[in-house]
Amino acid sequence: MYAQLVKTAGTGVKSQEEMTDQEREFQDKIDRDIKIEPKDWMPDDYRATLIRQIGQHAHSEIVGQLPEGNWITRAPTLERKAILLAKVQDEAGHGLYLYCAAETLGVTRDEITEMLLDGRMKYSSIFNYPTLNWADIGAVGWLVDGAAIMNQVPLQRTSYGPYSRAMIRICKEESFHQRQGYDAIRKMAEGSPEQKKMAQDALNRLWFPSLMMFGPSDKDSVHSAQSMAWKIKINTNDELRQKFVDQTVPQIEFLGLDLPDPGIKWNEERGHYDYTDPDWSEFFNVIKGNGPCNVDRLAARNKAWDDGEWVRDGLLEHARKKAARKHAAE
Amino acid sequence: MAEVDKQALLQFLLRMGDNTLILGHRVSEWCGHSPVLEEDIALANTALDLIGQTQLWLGYAAEVQGEGKTADDIAFLRDAWDFRNVLLVEMPNGDFGQTLMRQFLFDAWHSIMLGRLMKSSDKTVAEIAEKASKEVAYHLERSADTVVGLGDGTEESHSRMQAALDYLWPYVGEMFESDDVDDAMAAAGISVDPASLREDYDALVCKILSDATLTIPESRFAHKGGRTGYMHTEHLGHLLATMQWLPRAYPGCQW
Amino acid sequence: MKNEWPLWEIFIRGQHGLSHRHVGSLHAPDAEMAVKNARDVYTRRNEGVSIWVVEAKHITATAPGEKGPLFEPSESKVYRHPTFYDIPEEVGHM
Repeated sequence: MYAQLVKTAGTGVKSQEEMTDQEREFQDKIDRDIKIEPKDWMPDDYRATLIRQIGQHAHSEIVGQLPEGNWITRAPTLERKAILLAKVQDEAGHGLYLYCAAETLGVTRDEITEMLLDGRMKYSSIFNYPTLNWADIGAVGWLVDGAAIMNQVPLQRTSYGPYSRAMIRICKEESFHQRQGYDAIRKMAEGSPEQKKMAQDALNRLWFPSLMMFGPSDKDSVHSAQSMAWKIKINTNDELRQKFVDQTVPQIEFLGLDLPDPGIKWNEERGHYDYTDPDWSEFFNVIKGNGPCNVDRLAARNKAWDDGEWVRDGLLEHARKKAARKHAAE
Repeated sequence: MAEVDKQALLQFLLRMGDNTLILGHRVSEWCGHSPVLEEDIALANTALDLIGQTQLWLGYAAEVQGEGKTADDIAFLRDAWDFRNVLLVEMPNGDFGQTLMRQFLFDAWHSIMLGRLMKSSDKTVAEIAEKASKEVAYHLERSADTVVGLGDGTEESHSRMQAALDYLWPYVGEMFESDDVDDAMAAAGISVDPASLREDYDALVCKILSDATLTIPESRFAHKGGRTGYMHTEHLGHLLATMQWLPRAYPGCQW
Repeated sequence: MKNEWPLWEIFIRGQHGLSHRHVGSLHAPDAEMAVKNARDVYTRRNEGVSIWVVEAKHITATAPGEKGPLFEPSESKVYRHPTFYDIPEEVGHM
């Protein structure tokens, strides 16, 4: 999922007695699945948490353009180039929809962009891993988008109207991403020995980082409980991770690739696959800035923003001049 | 079709397809790095249109060539001397202003050219031109607006756009060069003499650049060598090294 | 932040003759660019045949607190709906 370790503001779920009348009315609306809209009253903590969560989600889409964009100029056929470009373009679109949703909460796109650029806000850990061979492009679509979809589908029902509507639009567009990824890696898995090697290498490298996308276990977290009560988080991290593993293992087997984790085994009793937990010390290191690509990713975003300033200013200045001329002519 | 016509037609199709291939590739380099999200998405649309047009032009070229090749074979397995794009489209992106100036200078030619090709005696050429001309009409509208906006924007944006125009102007003339291939195409009614586009082009470009408060350089000197393949710039080799690496490193694979 | 492009609300009419519908927002320096950006951002999948753009600050909206007086009175006017009336089956479709 693209929003990880989002810190929920506040002190956890309040009981009915602890709530003010306004808070009770607000929680009641959420419990009855009535959407909260921008101008409705909402607790400050709800607003602050949503800005963090939607902002992080948006930043992930934008930074997520970079690892895949890394291969646009090296795509091996014209059709693959077009597919990849359209996909990475969609990420930009998704970032845009989400920034607009965040803006309804009283923060501007420039403000939260600057928080990404100076490190105050995070993006998903997965995008700090490199894409090293062409099969990574397939694996990213299949695994990374697959993991993201696990989280995004339930978020279509989230309590905040603009966020929910953005997720509906995103999910509609996203369904092609995972399929094109699986299609690309399947070609590799069924191709020459070298292509198969690329596919296996991509799967092995991206498997655990994909599991980390769901974040560490949060089943006992008071913060998660609050976010779930607000319906801005729908499932626990472990639930989604298990669902992802259960869905993905048969897909790996279909490709004829080796399982990336010797610990993967069907557990008849649980009715789920067992798997090895990712190395969470690696995860926290990546979050802290020590992933393989953190520095490069942020540098690329900062460069695009700084280099683009004269363009944004220039076009705005022209719009002002044009308006002034029109005004003078009237 | 006579053998000589077939060779000329092939050259003509490569010229059209290589222009869109190389420019589409250049524009796609921006993805994820544009000044603002809305521009990032718009540039990707332009690149996607150009890649789509490439598939059509080079697909037809492969058919005319008759050696059982595909558009991908033509795009990914030729060396620089076989490329027939004008030098303008292989010039590096530079800053956003240079990219949009290059786009505008090409779009203006492209839209006029496609307008003529819609009346081509070759049905396939006319069909490709018909489809592409709608896409390119929008490219031109957008690049022209941006050139005007940035030229007539801040002091900084104005001077960057003037620098971009000064840098790229010597590459404009090549688009209007004529040779035996063009004569053969014009005679067959498949295409037109590129020189005949210049008047419309100058009128359009002068109008937009004047709205952009930019000054067209006086020199009419024109670099050439791209559309004949005689002498490309050094930039093309690097572009091809990136673009063609995978299919060349792993020949015969399906992707 | 004074140099941030203004926010525009985008309305698109789809293929099937329905009214323009709000699809989302975007930033643009002026209305003309907002239309172009809307074309590039919101019609990538053949979604529209017509675009309206309105600068977000020009939209006047009902206040959430007025929901009751504005919308509840119509709840009781059930006679405005065709299903309120019983028409004998023999009369046929009406």
